[in-house]
This record gives sequence, structure tokens and C-alpha cells, in this order.
Amino acid sequence: MTDFTSLGVKAIRDGVANGDFTALEVAQAFNAAVDAASALNAFIVPTPEQAIGAAMRVDAKRAGGESLGAMAGVPIGMKDLFATQGTQTTAASHILEGFTPEYESTVSQNLWNAGAGMLGKLNLDQFAMGSSNETSHFGNVSSPWRKEDTNAAMSPGGSSGGSSTAVAARIAPAATGTDTGGSIRQPAAFTGICGIKPTYGRCSRWGVVAFASSLDQAGPMARSVEDCAIMLGAMAGFDPKDATSLQMDVPDWESALSSDLKGKKVGIPKEYRMDGTDEAILASWEQGKAWLKDAGAEIVDISLPHTKYALPAYYIIAPAEASSNLARYDGVRYGLRDLPEGAGLQDMYAETRAAGFGDEVKRRILIGTYVLSAGFYDAYYTQAQKVRALVARDFEQAWAQCDLILAPTTPTASFPLGSLTDDPLTMYLNDVFAVPASLAGLPAMSVPAGLNPDGLPLGLQIVGKPFDEQTVLDAGLAIEQRAGFTHAPEKWW
Amino acid sequence: MSDYRIQGQTGEWEVVIGLEVHAQITTQSKLFSGASTTFGAEPNSQVSLVDAAMPGMLPVPNRECVRQAVRTGMAIEAEIHSWSRFDRKNYFYADLPQGYQISQLYHPIVGEGSLLIEADEKHGIPEDKVIGIERIHIEQDAGKLMHDQHPTMSYVDLNRSGVALMEIVSRPDMGSPAEAGAYVRKLRSILRYVGSCDGNMEEGSMRADVNVSVRKVGDELGTRTETKNVNSVRFVMAVIEYEAARQVDVLESGGSVDQETRLFDVATGTTRTMRSKEDAHDYRYFPDPDLLPLVLEDDFLADCRASLPELPDAKRVRYEQELGLTPYNARELTAEVETFARFETLLGTAASAMGKPETAVATTVANWALSVAPGVIKSASENFPEETDPAHATAERQAAILAMQDKGEISGKQAKEIFELVLRTGREPAEIADTEGMKQVSDTGAIEAEIDKILANNADKVEQYKGGKDKLFGFFVGQTMKAMQGKANPAVVNELLKGKLG
Repeated sequence: MTDFTSLGVKAIRDGVANGDFTALEVAQAFNAAVDAASALNAFIVPTPEQAIGAAMRVDAKRAGGESLGAMAGVPIGMKDLFATQGTQTTAASHILEGFTPEYESTVSQNLWNAGAGMLGKLNLDQFAMGSSNETSHFGNVSSPWRKEDTNAAMSPGGSSGGSSTAVAARIAPAATGTDTGGSIRQPAAFTGICGIKPTYGRCSRWGVVAFASSLDQAGPMARSVEDCAIMLGAMAGFDPKDATSLQMDVPDWESALSSDLKGKKVGIPKEYRMDGTDEAILASWEQGKAWLKDAGAEIVDISLPHTKYALPAYYIIAPAEASSNLARYDGVRYGLRDLPEGAGLQDMYAETRAAGFGDEVKRRILIGTYVLSAGFYDAYYTQAQKVRALVARDFEQAWAQCDLILAPTTPTASFPLGSLTDDPLTMYLNDVFAVPASLAGLPAMSVPAGLNPDGLPLGLQIVGKPFDEQTVLDAGLAIEQRAGFTHAPEKWW
Repeated sequence: MSDYRIQGQTGEWEVVIGLEVHAQITTQSKLFSGASTTFGAEPNSQVSLVDAAMPGMLPVPNRECVRQAVRTGMAIEAEIHSWSRFDRKNYFYADLPQGYQISQLYHPIVGEGSLLIEADEKHGIPEDKVIGIERIHIEQDAGKLMHDQHPTMSYVDLNRSGVALMEIVSRPDMGSPAEAGAYVRKLRSILRYVGSCDGNMEEGSMRADVNVSVRKVGDELGTRTETKNVNSVRFVMAVIEYEAARQVDVLESGGSVDQETRLFDVATGTTRTMRSKEDAHDYRYFPDPDLLPLVLEDDFLADCRASLPELPDAKRVRYEQELGLTPYNARELTAEVETFARFETLLGTAASAMGKPETAVATTVANWALSVAPGVIKSASENFPEETDPAHATAERQAAILAMQDKGEISGKQAKEIFELVLRTGREPAEIADTEGMKQVSDTGAIEAEIDKILANNADKVEQYKGGKDKLFGFFVGQTMKAMQGKANPAVVNELLKGKLG
């Protein structure tokens, strides 16, 4: 009998299509795995009946001889930042606890239309603000990985920590993530899976709880590059309801996937060789260069001179947008309302928001409010936008010399939960390699490269030209084939 | 320059006025959502997920709103910015679901333009004056709080939330309540010509924030106050009169004017402090990251320009120069969209009924439209309120009356009588003239026969007339008209009498 939970997107879809097994069997197996993995705290709300319902519809379609979608029969985890009609959507916050939307986000609807089913709503950092999945109102998510010979709970990364954990622990074959400044790539790197943030505008933001609108982008997280290509194809597409949506056709990334990189030039940015970067990470970067060379690519040294300013600029722009985006959670129309006896409107705002937002969210609202204030706006926000333009220009100039860029995804491997909570600045540094591509809106992917001496996964990051997800996926495939990363966390939950 | 002055105890003060007019753009749907904009609908029945700022909802600009703002800008001969951008104005209030208003602070869609107010001696505007317009930008309206629904709570109606507004910001170029009133009327007229706003001030489709300061003649600008949401021309003028007098009092008693936001109290005709400068919000404006910059293509701009109608100033000049109307008539007829539309329809219909070019009959039609017809409608409405229905006064019927009068078939007096019957009954003018015997007789045979009788019966008077008593001519005309029961064409009577009396 097949262990369905070991299967990925393509294997499930093809197996269901070929009649090797039914979608229902697959859904039941994953529902059971989700149920047995509550110690990971990956899901805020499991929705087993929805996974079963979608599976039965796919089985019925197949029986009726109808054509099946690109994700037919694949049950997935949905990050709880995507609005799902009739299912609580919280952004892992208290202020939205109990909020059940009457609408479905475009990306999740696209996935259901392609035949996917929902295993449940996945935990995350509150409002996607965090790099360790420790800011959720619904508790930390534990990575399925542990350092060799220790029992300390490790961070699955953030903000898509529920997604990375579910996929790495084989309780979901794939999951949605969102990436504002590394929230897909860093958790993917921490848990030994793949994740791609497409070009800004590829996936509609409609129905996704906003963190920083000019940066937020949805993408897939799965255990293979090919699975990511399939799922991204199902998620992406022009959406007239999102004014920043790209009005472009979605290429067939899955069919075009090729690990032959002949004629491609891979840029190695010297500024990413930063102090404090783990030796094992630097070694995996060297290994990655060798793999891509082996796949036919030419390696070239490049410079992205404004890299070191990217993180500070990000931590001005993202909180500025967030401070405004989160103003709507005011207790007036939905979500939490804390209205003390005899209180007025201002008191209601203060009480509701004090009780409804966690510390990290408050920290970013305060930062964002400060940098937009009269007298500080030019020194912070305007300056950060100039830096953003320079970071984007760095990449544009680099494309004259190369077709893609290879870099580490993170400066370190995963760390124990709780070890950085009192040090937000070190925590923010986790995204130092991820943020430049976010500021420039470029497609970027993390693929597993191997394990460090502690037995923890390491990721390599590939950044591509605008709209060129294909080259990013191709290079990811070339690394995947050579890395032969088949490690899975040892089950302790 | 306005010669409006406030006589204070320390001398004469002049008033400086600038207006920010908020005009609701006439469209079926809101600025960034598909929701309807019908006025007066049930509370919260015109609200989309976007208007209620549900989590994850995004604004998408409504092209028609952009088009109307551009056309309005073109109508005031303003600079149109083919690149503009939306900004967020952040503040918390219960009628503002997003916690910010999407507006345009840094890069408005329309730049510098102007508007002409015409001399109107009677109303204190000695000469034509050009009022500068600094900018027009597009923004969202807020919802509405309802304080009368519950003893301790306020309710929120979001029907208006997200409705598109143009904010039209004037230069501080006005110097009297009369000029400000004329500015608002002229702006309203242009908006209605263009069709970008219905100008309905009672329903709040158009409202003004009134900025007023005073200074001794020739001094630097004084500190201004801003009185919010004033919703009629009369109130705009009242606010200025009150504010200017109040500020002069404050300054003359040694105080200083606070830069503040004030509210107008319709009941008392006074203004009071709403928000002082210290309480002013820091709106933390920044570019809305949900929206791309608004880039207008040349084709779009050309379409906007081509769709503009003839505007009030051009129409007024044409009425004077081509139709030969008096300046007064031209101004009256072009002030309102409905007025000129009715006039132009009647002019065309009347000209073809008379078989003459429009230019030949324009003055007659203008006099009819502005003074004769309104007079008859007024008296008929007063004397026969039950029967009178102005809807009976179609262009065809009025044209028929004017044509009969033009041909000499009826007198001016008969025209009014026939028109009154039209208003009261909806009957056709020709049929009324026939049935009621109101046709003027121009048949020389019938008139001649009567004249011959009268001359024969009054041989003595004929002798006296011929002997030099010219005044008797009137006697013969009167006798003839009497014999003809008043229906003879006076011109024909005169001519025949002159011939017979030699």
C-alpha cells in the first residue's frame, strides 16, 4: 500500500488521473496525518471535511470522464492570511479571531478551480510579521527538524512557518505562502523544502490580508521544484480586482521545466558575503556554484552595491504601509471589539487595538506611524523609497551581465524557538538576503542544498529577471538534481 | 478689485476668500468599487466589500470618474497632468472604514486653471473678474454617522463611503461675498454643462469649505479660518459676512485670529470652532501602495476633449454675437443647463414654424422665453392652480403661437390668452384661435366694408379730419376695431384708413 503522505503534488495528481488511487484515499491519509501532528501546531483550523469534499468532486469528475485540473486531487494547506469563504480567517491575530469571510481570495479560488482541496488554515506570524513563527496569537509553530541529539524546539521560519512545517513534516504535500521580505524563502530554507516568490503582480493580492501592499506576493511551498512550478501555475494570473496585478499570460512553467543551463550566466553578488554568515552557508554557496556550472551555466562575479541598505529601507517601507493597512482593524465593523462601559469611540479604538494586536504588530505599527509623521517623512520614508529605487537599479544593471543570481537564502540555519525573541534586530537580519529581491519585485526561490553539521537544512536562493520565473525554476531544478536532498525530519510528534 | 469693505472702528478692512469645493462626480459606481451611488437609498444598501474595508480588499480606479475629472479640468482650461498618483490620508473615524481616505495630495490630476465671473453691478460685482483655480484632485467620500437612531450610540451608514469627489481648490482671489457667490454659481454651471456633477447642493453633491481672512487695505494676508461643508450659495455668502465681521472684531479688540476649522450653524447664521490648530491631525500622507500611478494616454485625453460641450462663456458670446441677443438675455439664458436647452429647442422649432432663420427670430424667442411665457405661467398658476400644467407648454405649441403672431394672425395680447389656455387645457394653439375666435382679421375686404360704413355714418368727422384735425385718426381706428370686435389687424386698419382719408 502506498504511503500517500510521502507523495508530492505531481505524484498525487498523476496517480489520481491514472486511477492508481483515489483522491479520497489521499485526502483521508493527509487528514489523519494532520490530526496526529497537533504537537507541531502548524494548523490554526484543520478543515478535513473540505479536503474530503474536494477529493470526492475530483473522483466524481474522473469517473464521469471529465478533464481534471492541474492540482486535481491534491489536498493542500492554506496560509491563514488568505480569506476563505465560510472558514475563519485570522492572520494569526486575536483581532480577527472568529472572523469568517463571505468571500474567497483569488489565489485560493484559483487553486480550488484547479482541483485542489483544503486540509486547513495554516499558522503564521501574526499579520505575516515575523521570521520565526513566534508572533502568532495561536502559539508558536515547531519545526519538525531538531538539531542532532537535542530536543529543543526549533523555529520553522516565518512568516509562513505553518506552511513550511506542514510540508516538511509530510502532513501536507504543498502549501500556500506569502512573501513580503522573505516569508516564503526563509521558512523553506529552514525546513528543507522549496518555495518560490514570483514576480510582484503574478499572483493576485485580492482577498489576502494585507501586510505591506507594495511587497506582498503569494507563492507555493512544496518539496520539489516541479511541484512548485505546477502549483504556481495554478495560483497565478491577471486579476482585474487587483490594480497591481500583471496583465500577462501565465506561461506553462511545468512543461518548459529544464535543468539544462547552457548559455545562462549566473551572477554571484560579492556584497552577499557578509560578516556573520555561517561557514556552512558559505560552503553550500560554493557548492551551488559548482552545481550550476555542472548544469552548463557560466559563473560571473557581479556587484549589487546597495545591498546593505536594503534591510533598513525595508524596515521603513513595510512598517509604513502596514501602519496604514492595519488601521481598518478598529472594532467598528468586524473582528474584536473592546468597548468598556461608557467608553467613547477613541477609547474603543485604543482598547480594541491594544487587546487585538500582538507585540510585534504593535512594534511595526509604531515604527510605521513614526516614519510617516510630519517632520520625519522625508528623512525616513522618502529616503527609503530612494534606496528602494537604487536597489532595483542594482539588479537592472546586473542583468546586463547575468541571467540569474545565486546567493544564500539566509545567513544562518534555523535557531531554537525563544532564542531571538528579545533581540528583534538580530531577528530582522534573518531576511537580509531575501529583502533585496522583494524591494525590486523580482522572482526568487529557495531550494534545499544540504544539511549543516547540526543536521539542519540549508537553502540556496535563486533570483531572476522580472517575469522570468522559468529560469529561476530551471536553475532550482538543476540544483535539486545535483543536491539529491532526500532528507526528511525524524518523526518526534 | 472688489470694492467690498468692512467698516471697522480703526478703518476699512478688506476680505480675502478662497474656496475648496467638493463636487460629487456623476457616475453609476463609486471611485474604487463597483457599488452603486444612488442617493437616499436604505442605509448600508450601497456598500461593497471594498467600501466596508473588509480584510484583503483592494481599490481599483473607476475610469469614468477619472474621465469626468479630466473633462472638468479641460472646461476650466486647466493643465491636465497625464501622470498623477493617489495618496492615503490617514486618520481614525467611525465613518472611514479603511482608516484612511484615498486622495491626491502630491500629484493631483488637474493643475492650474481659471474661471470667469461676469460683472453684475446690481449684485456688487463692478467688472468681469478671473478667479484662479489652483488644482482639482480626485478623492473618496466618507460614510455618514447617524446620531438620532439610539439614545447612547451612533450608527454608521456607509452608502456614501467611497463615492468619488472632485476637490476644486480656488486661489484666494475673491474679495466679497458676492464674488464668492458668483464663483460657486459659475462653477456649478460649468460642472452641470460638462455633466461631471449634478450640482445638487441640497443633497450634498456639491459643498464648499470656505477660507476667510481679513486685512487692512494693502496689508499682508491675515490668518485664515476654514469653515467646513457649507452647502448653499446663500450660506457661503453668510459664512463670509459673519466670519469677516467676527475677525475684524477680534483684531480690533486686540486679539488675534486662530488658524482653525469652524462649522456653520444654519439656525443662527454664525460659525463656531470645530477644531483648533493644536488638534489638527497629522494625516501621514503617503502614496497608496495598492494603486499604480494614473497615466493618461493621448487618445484618452483627446476623447475627453472631443466630448466637451459648448461651455457657458462661449455660448453667451455666441448668443450675443450671432443671435444678436442683449447681454442680459444672453447671460440669463446660458446660466443653467435647463434654460439654454429649452431655449435652443424652442428657437429651432419656432424658426422652422415661422420659416425664418434662427438669427432672425432669436430676439423674439428670447423675449418670449425669458419674460412673456414665465409671466403667463405665473399668473395662470396663481389664478387657475388646479388646471394649470406647465408640461402642456411644449416647444411645438409655443412655436405655433409665436408663428401666428409673427404672421400677424394674432396680436400679442391674443398670444398670451392662447398660451394661457394651452397651459390650462393642453389644446393646440391653432384650434384655440379658431374655436375661441381669437384670430386677428387681416382680410382687407371685410375691414374695408366696415370702414366704408363708419366713414359714411361720420361724414362730419371726416370733414373735420380733412380740415386738419389729425387727432380724429385715432377715433376712426377705434371705431373700426370696435366694429371688427377687436380682431382686425391694426396695421391693416391703419393702412386702409390712411388710403381712404387721403
